[in-house]
Amino acid sequence: MNCSLASIEFSAVLIHVIKIVVLVFVVILPMVAYSVWAERKVSAIIQDRVGPNRVGIPFTKISLAGLGQPIADGVKFLLKEDLTPGHVNKLYFWLAPALTMVPAILTCAVLPFGSELFGEKMVVADLNVGPLFIFAIASLSVYGIVLAGWSSNSKYPFLGGIRSSSQMISYEISLGLSLVPVLLIFGELNLSTIVEEQSKNGWLLLPLWGEGAVWNGGWDRFFLFFPACIAFIVFTTSIFAETNRLPFDLPECETELVAGYHTEYSSMKFALFFLGEYAAMIIGSGLIVTLFLGGWSLPFGWDAGLMKMAGNPEQVPWWLGLMHIATFLGKVIAFIIFFIWVRWTLPRFRYDQLMKLGWIVFFELALLNIFITAGILILTRP
Amino acid sequence: MVASKDSGENLVSVQVDDHWISVPRGTRMIEACKQAAAEVPHYCYHPKLTSPGNCRMCLVEMGMPPRPSPGEEPELDADGHAKINWMPRPVIACANTVVDGMGIRTQSLLAKECRQGVMEFLLINHPLDCPICDQAGECTLQEYSVEHGNGQSRFLESKVKKPKNVEIGPRIRLDDERCVLCSRCVRFSKEVVDDDVFGFVDRGSHSVLTVHPDRKLENNYSLNTVDICPVGALTSNDFRFKMRVWFMRETKSLCTGCARGCNTVVGSREGKIYRQSPRENNDVNSAWMCDTGRMEYHQLENPARLTEPMIKRGKKHRTVDWPEAICRAARDLTKFKGEQLAIIASGRMTNEELYLTRTLAESLQPGVVDIVKREGEGDDYLSHCDKNPNVNGARKVLKIRSPGSKLKSIRKRIVEDKIKALLVIGEDLIDCGFTEGELSSLQCLVSSHIIANPTAKMSHVVLPGAGYAEKRGSMINATGRLQRLNKAIDPPGQSREDWEILHELNRAVDGCDGVTELADVFTQMASTLSIFKGLSLSRIGDLGVDVMDTGETVPLLEREARRVSEGLIVG
Amino acid sequence: MPIVVQRPRLTIAEKCYFPAIMKGLRITLGHAIRILLRKKKVTMQYPEAKWDDHLPEHYRGAPALVTDEHDRERCVSCQLCEFICPPRAITIIPEEIPAGDEWQKVEKRPKIFDIDMIRCIYCGMCEEVCPEQAIFLRKDYAITGVSREEMVHDKKKLYEIGGRREGLVNKWNELK
Repeated sequence: MNCSLASIEFSAVLIHVIKIVVLVFVVILPMVAYSVWAERKVSAIIQDRVGPNRVGIPFTKISLAGLGQPIADGVKFLLKEDLTPGHVNKLYFWLAPALTMVPAILTCAVLPFGSELFGEKMVVADLNVGPLFIFAIASLSVYGIVLAGWSSNSKYPFLGGIRSSSQMISYEISLGLSLVPVLLIFGELNLSTIVEEQSKNGWLLLPLWGEGAVWNGGWDRFFLFFPACIAFIVFTTSIFAETNRLPFDLPECETELVAGYHTEYSSMKFALFFLGEYAAMIIGSGLIVTLFLGGWSLPFGWDAGLMKMAGNPEQVPWWLGLMHIATFLGKVIAFIIFFIWVRWTLPRFRYDQLMKLGWIVFFELALLNIFITAGILILTRP
Repeated sequence: MVASKDSGENLVSVQVDDHWISVPRGTRMIEACKQAAAEVPHYCYHPKLTSPGNCRMCLVEMGMPPRPSPGEEPELDADGHAKINWMPRPVIACANTVVDGMGIRTQSLLAKECRQGVMEFLLINHPLDCPICDQAGECTLQEYSVEHGNGQSRFLESKVKKPKNVEIGPRIRLDDERCVLCSRCVRFSKEVVDDDVFGFVDRGSHSVLTVHPDRKLENNYSLNTVDICPVGALTSNDFRFKMRVWFMRETKSLCTGCARGCNTVVGSREGKIYRQSPRENNDVNSAWMCDTGRMEYHQLENPARLTEPMIKRGKKHRTVDWPEAICRAARDLTKFKGEQLAIIASGRMTNEELYLTRTLAESLQPGVVDIVKREGEGDDYLSHCDKNPNVNGARKVLKIRSPGSKLKSIRKRIVEDKIKALLVIGEDLIDCGFTEGELSSLQCLVSSHIIANPTAKMSHVVLPGAGYAEKRGSMINATGRLQRLNKAIDPPGQSREDWEILHELNRAVDGCDGVTELADVFTQMASTLSIFKGLSLSRIGDLGVDVMDTGETVPLLEREARRVSEGLIVG
Repeated sequence: MPIVVQRPRLTIAEKCYFPAIMKGLRITLGHAIRILLRKKKVTMQYPEAKWDDHLPEHYRGAPALVTDEHDRERCVSCQLCEFICPPRAITIIPEEIPAGDEWQKVEKRPKIFDIDMIRCIYCGMCEEVCPEQAIFLRKDYAITGVSREEMVHDKKKLYEIGGRREGLVNKWNELK
């Protein structure tokens, strides 16, 4: 292959670097920090409390409803004593937090977080195998937890690690299988294309415009709504399990395992686990939004209408691009709040219930769903 | 009478609270009740003193079988005892003796009402200053008030004012308002120590205890009056306001002030001793001890206590850890053999320590082993003229024939440079006539003591030991009784019990010796020395066992025995 | 005898969790909305707003020593509070009141009276046991310090908090 350094366009590299930097450091990381704040705030209002409302701008009395709290927490984590117990396996003990955080951030490379801005697609890597890439990378994050549990050389982390690995492997199956019907419906593995398709012809769970609407002859989408719902439920639940969130947070369930796999961790290493969990939650939400709820697209075919208003059908205007980004973030935030809401509502599953649900209910349901979807597709799209 | 036929010649049958018991003829009613586990409350009665019967607290109901008229058979009850006719008025149990067929009721309504009445009278003028009273917690007035008294006072008038906080002697404070006029202190001073300084003056409610106007209570046994005072009228200046009695842990131990070996109870709390008081042992010290002996524990509070092992380097001592100090001492001592080495032990050491010194001597083979003689003033009561508590132990264990006789020759041979190394345990040689010049001419001086004395300053290796209340062990007193010393508190800082130091030295010099705890040392000693045969440290017991006959007697005990035989006291 | 607890028989709707999950979500959402609409107020903003005026009469705050109407320290260091104190927070070293002192006839007073407020559990046993009515639990509850030493209230500090208390027992006055 004729691939030399000169052949790579410098400006393209620069644009990608800007996208990565902006996405990771301006969008994802602050979102992670503030989802912690949201977690505390939402849990507080659910429990008739106030939540963090003190920390604001330092040396002033301005508290900004406690919005300074995540920054203070971060500073605290950085300043805390970083303790490495004497009995641990140092290399893996240090590697584990990174292995938890990195895959979570890597997966956001293929998520389209907007349509176009100044003619540039709002996705870091517009891969044609987006979902597969996500599964490949996301399944790596189990290594972080297993390594943390094992290298801590202590029984609670060890049990947490064991639980986590078996839970994540189990739910990865239903996660993958539940996605197959969606890919069948769109006939596409590129996430950007999937979103564009939903923008034009109705979201997977809201087929009310374009070719997806029944009155426009979208009977296939009408019949496919049911399998899509099943896929959505199985996928969402599996994401809960994959991110170790309540009601499936058995790897770190404090009533049994103290703090699970991160019992022996302190300071920023602990914070990385903590943030990794939230990052995975954000990516999970982004994935659900992208696949089922139209990603960055506005509902009811407004995208097409606004494009018409702008005049140029080829070029998405900058204000619409920004609006798309805002839409995507809005949907993700709504989903994060849903995640939090569920956490502060449901009790934790027992471990055998969790495995039973994964292997006996979701696995079969997802498998069956593939055949149902395939059957409907054969019948409605001859 | 039917009952007395079955019992022995000198036993009589007495009914106490409906139960018949047999007691020796001539027993006081109060003692008979005690044997029947029906303790009668009392203030003035003390078994070692005469019974004047002036507190009236021991009132009980008494009854006798009626004397049958000629030809009449006595009426018998179900047990076959003659039926008792109860007397309408109570009698004091402390001064009356039992007779055959007598009945005593300690829990009858009459007896209870008598006690309640006496308690009420006693509390009429009592100041109720328990919060500041040292006796609180071991005060019979408090105890009986709870058990037998009224919950509240009916007395509305002003209480009688009496002298408070009076210095009646160098060691004793008197509070007359608290006094219940039991006269125990009066009788003790008069009968036991022949120092009749106390007396009552004035009458009725205004009657007070006082000392003779020209005299003070300053005999060497004065603090015993504090012990026998049932209330807080007499308090010890030494113990006054130092610690409440309920905080103190009591350890049964010995006084090591002289060869008498009075049995004591050491009261301590959180590593500090607050008082030492006598413990009854009728073969050693009756129930008393001398004031000098009580103050012995103050030597443990010396600010110059050694707390860390030290090695002299150049002219200065520097603190080291135990293994280093022991190692250095053993290395230095083993350099010298035979005539070059001498060991000076102490008559204050326990048998176990002396035994370990003996085994050390067996491996080091010193030319001389001796202890320091410690003569002082004795008296006609308890205090012994030999101030070493365990000379008999040193004689038996360390085979010292004449204590202190070799010290002169040791000095001479140090000057002649024949003795080059000296191991001193528990003694200050400067105090025994050695000069600093003599000690500084030694090539090796290893000393163990509890205080940084001049000998320690001259020593090359200083090993801090434990005081007498900081260690366990056994000692043989002047009359040949083997008794046990117990540990009340921990030795300060890094200092150790002396037997541990000697044991470590032994191990460093000679290797393993099969000893892991103090009892092992005694066991080894018992297998070596005939006088300890069949004994172990635990078998000595709290009161000790006689192991030698020294021919000595205790004057105070002899007088007490005489008074018992005269029927003056119970004993 | 073992008690066998029968598992409840679940209907199919119950088995698939959804109704229960929805019910739970509704309940928590209800709470959240009530709080957001400020229909319910449960939390007090502590340092700015305080409950001090509403503290009940029997509230147990920091223990403190008090003096009587003649400014005599009531405590005679009987050490009963030291004895009764469950967490052993109190340390007392008594001393004799020297001759010539106005209250010499009381004879005894504390030389050192320390209460370790890190240990204190505010149980009020000391107040209950005190025969001289010398120690009281005040309503102070915000006891803070930056070192362990600072958290030990010494005699001076204890009298500072306690102040003077009149009436009560008159054991050591002229009558006695």
